[in-house]
Formats: sequence, C-alpha cells, structure tokens
Amino acid sequence: MAKNVYISGMNCITPLGFSVKENFENLIAGKSGIARHENDMMQNPYFASILDDAFLEAEFRKISDSSNHTKLEKMMILSLFPIVKKSGSGLGKRTAFLLSTTKGNITALESGDIAKAQLYDLAKTVADFFRFESEPIVVSNACVSGILAVSVAKRLIQSGEYDEAFVVAGDLVSEFVLSGFNSFQAMSDAPCKPYSKNRTGVTLGEAAAAALVTSDVSHAKARISGDGSINDANHISGPSRTGEGLFLSVESALKEANLPASKIDYISAHGTATPFNDEMEAVAFNRSGLEKKPLHSLKGCYGHTLGASGLLETVIGIESLKQNKLIASAGFDEIGVSQPLNVIRENEDKFIRYFLKTASGFGGCNTAVVFEKEGNFGE
Amino acid sequence: MESNLYITSYCSIENGKISIDGELVFESSAKVSDFLKDGLRHFGIQYPKFFKMDNLSKLAFLGSELLLSDEGHPETALLFANASSSLDTDVAHQESISDKENYYPSPAVFVYTLPNICLGEISIRHQLKTENSFFIFGAFNAGFFAGYAENLIRTGKAKNVLCGWTELFRDEYKAFLYVVSDEGETEHTKQNIELLYTN
Repeated sequence: MAKNVYISGMNCITPLGFSVKENFENLIAGKSGIARHENDMMQNPYFASILDDAFLEAEFRKISDSSNHTKLEKMMILSLFPIVKKSGSGLGKRTAFLLSTTKGNITALESGDIAKAQLYDLAKTVADFFRFESEPIVVSNACVSGILAVSVAKRLIQSGEYDEAFVVAGDLVSEFVLSGFNSFQAMSDAPCKPYSKNRTGVTLGEAAAAALVTSDVSHAKARISGDGSINDANHISGPSRTGEGLFLSVESALKEANLPASKIDYISAHGTATPFNDEMEAVAFNRSGLEKKPLHSLKGCYGHTLGASGLLETVIGIESLKQNKLIASAGFDEIGVSQPLNVIRENEDKFIRYFLKTASGFGGCNTAVVFEKEGNFGE
Repeated sequence: MESNLYITSYCSIENGKISIDGELVFESSAKVSDFLKDGLRHFGIQYPKFFKMDNLSKLAFLGSELLLSDEGHPETALLFANASSSLDTDVAHQESISDKENYYPSPAVFVYTLPNICLGEISIRHQLKTENSFFIFGAFNAGFFAGYAENLIRTGKAKNVLCGWTELFRDEYKAFLYVVSDEGETEHTKQNIELLYTN
C-alpha cells in the first residue's frame, strides 16, 4: 500500500499579495491582479497581471542583501522562504527540490545570454540560496508544469527515494511570451472571461508559488490522493475535441484515489478563456460526470501564469478546502460552452472535502490531481 | 510477485552517427538539420509533419521511430529530459522579435518554444494516450530516470516507458532513448542505463 503524501506548507507571490492569507482575502473581496499596461513589451496597451518591481525588491531586501538575482529568482525565493524556514528541514539528501517553469529567465536572451536563460541555472541559483543538497529537478511541461510538479513530488516520495519535497513554480510576463501568444491571436483585448460566451482569449500573468509536499502528516493541509498526466495524442497546439487526455487524466486520478466522481466537491480547472480550451474542458468534465460540480478558473483574477498556474491555483484551492469557501469564477458572465458546467457565480460557503485540480497545455498535455482535506473536518 | 524490468531496446544519435542496440546503422557528416532529414529518409519513414518540426522535435521523433514499431503501443508512457530545454528554437523566436523594423513572430516557431512539444509529436504519431512528462537536468540523470520509470510501471500508470535524453542546441546534439518493459535481457538499473548512455 502506497504511503500517504500531503501538502503541509504553501505560499504564493502575486499582484494580489505576498502570502496565501492576503491573496485569499483579496480574492474573496473580488479583487483582480489584471490591469491595463502600457510599456515597451507590446506595441499597444494590453491587459496582464504583473507584479510591481519596486514592491518585490523591497520585500526581497527583507531577506537578502543580494543584488544578483533576477525578478523571477526573487519571486521564487520569496515564495519558498517562509515554508523552508517554518519546516526546520535540514534540506539533506532525502529532501527533494522541484522547480516548475515554462520559460524561466527567458529575458536573458534579450542580451544574448544563453547561459543565464538555461533552466538548470535558474534551479541551481534558487537551490543554492537555501542550500538544498539534492540535485534540482526541473519540470518544464508547458502549462501543466505547476501541478505536474506536485504529482511528481508525490510519486518520488511514494517510491521511497525522498521523504519530502519543496516545490516552487514561477513564470514572468515577458515580450517573448506576449509576442508568441499574440502571434497565435490567442490574446484577449480585455480581461479574460473563462467559460463565457464572449470569451476571446487569454490574459497573461506572472506569479510564483511554493509548497511543501511530505509524508509527514503533522502539519498536513491536504492529502494528494490520486493523479494522472495523459496526452491527447491529437494536436500540438490545440486541445482534443473529445477532451481525451483530460478525461483519461481525471479518470486515472479518481481511480487511484478510489473515489467516484460524485464525491468531488469542487474543481479548480484550467479555464484559459480561449474558445477551444474551455470547450474541451466542458466536454471532458461531462464525460467524467462532473458537470454539476462547482467549478471555476482563477485566470480571471491572476491571468494565465503559465508554469506557475498549476501550483498557484492549487494553493488557492487548498485554502478554499480549509476554509470551506468557494470563490466566484472571475470574468464569467454568460455560459459559452456546448455542454453544461456549474461555474461558480458568487462566493459561497460550502463544506469541501475532495477537490480536483486540472490543467492542460501545448503539446496535448493534461494533468489532474485529487486532493482530500486532512485534519479537522468541521462539518 | 512483481516481474523484473528490462531495458528492452535502445538507440543513440550523436556526432552524425545513429546506433540501435549498440550497432551503428547510419552515418553522415551533414549539419544537424540535414542529418536528421537524411536519417529519416534512410529508414524509409514517411511522415510529412516531420518537416514542420523544429530540430529538437525532429531529433526526439527520429529516436522514437527507431524504437517504436508501427504496431500500437497503447500503454507506453513517455519520460524525457534534456539540459537546454527548447533554447534552440527560443533563440529563433527571440530573433523574430528583437528588431522592430524586422518583426516577424510566428505561431509555427513559437509553438516549439516548449521542450515537451516533442512528446506531443511522438504521442500523435503512435497514438499514445499515456503518461507524458519532460524534465530539465544539468546532465543526464540516470538515477532519476530509473526511479521514475519504475514507479510509473509499478503503480500501474504505464505498462512500458520510452525514456529519452534529447539534448540539442545549435549544432551540438545527443539523443539517447530506451524502452523499459518486462521483456529483455539487460536489467533495468541505474548502472546499466549509465553504461549504455556512455557506450
């Protein structure tokens, strides 16, 4: 029988705050990190969720004098810092270090610095700040990376190789990705509207998030009960019309968790607000019998934070789990997918025991993870 | 009683040479892009989509073609890693946006600025609706591969695993791929993987 693995520490660094508490309060209050920006990253003004550089710098100064770290490194270090400190871990060989990102320090390419753009360099820099002993493991698997990293950490612990794992995830809004998404005509002119009839594409965002994944139950917030990461085998940049990979990932996660779909209380889905992604999710969730489950996308408040999204949204989801509070799906107005979904329209107090996190990404990838509340159930 | 796991077959693509199970099967002094196309033709593989791929995907695709037959592989998971991610194509995308007077970002290039796209290409070709993941390490990490591949099989998430180290940046490339399954002669261990990697 596989040993139990839990999430027992979490943090996030976003335009809505530098702690889970602050983020959650702002989300409940209906705040959004998305704003209109005008700068040289895009020819015309655009919407995105971007961290204030000066504020980030001031917070980083509180924990380090270094002037050698990039914006992304500061975000990642800040998100890990309180979790590492509180854990009291020796960060030895039995402690894994996982880092999730799609593009890392990609802005280094602007000055032709290939070495600095290497993802391994980023991981080593963050690992060295804390002095992790074990070899960093970088997960770079498009937009599922953040939640895939949690799943990988859980699998590594269950295989007996580690006892615990610190997972950090982060990505930046950069000219590199803005121009790329723009070339796909996948960017919305207004803040994104997941699952809505008039959705027109993504709004990008930047954030960092971190979690401690461990077999030690003492401070556990949630148990990671099942996971699946299955490819659509259909198209490299568009999702499967039948939601094949997402459906199979959800089924694999539920099977491992020994849980029927009917027991899921809440879904934090991917919801990028592209016409194709949201439609695919509706098809996949209906195939799994999850169409009545309260569901939201957090991309209406955070934008699409790429390699950070899977972990950031999981952190908020677990906080929802703990507080028994559902957050409305920001940006949603009129349903615009061909099959029914129960999109959360207003914040709601609801007892949550089982929570499903899903993500999908370029390359036909999908990840689904089932979490179960740990500790006091307080029904 | 758990069955033993083996390295069923392996291939390597490096320095203009392609070997399968330790035997040299193709050699060419062409530059990387032409070398990969020549390799594809040499093995009689017909796949028009190959020519749209970036070099990293071509490398990974070619390696997987040598190990996966045309028969279905419904339960073969993909476990890949490299050191440079998709930097080879990232540089191309960066070039397309760095000069405002000569600005030409394209979705055909941008889609390949993620290292896991090659897994999508392989999955589509062989209809692998299976576990897929892409990792980055400073150097080939046999210990990680051995542990994670075994875990996928033992927990029932996959029946076989195609493992691949597919590193490519500009003219430097090395691909080392192998299939892990319950059939074969070489035991699936970290030591054996390292031995085969270094030849």
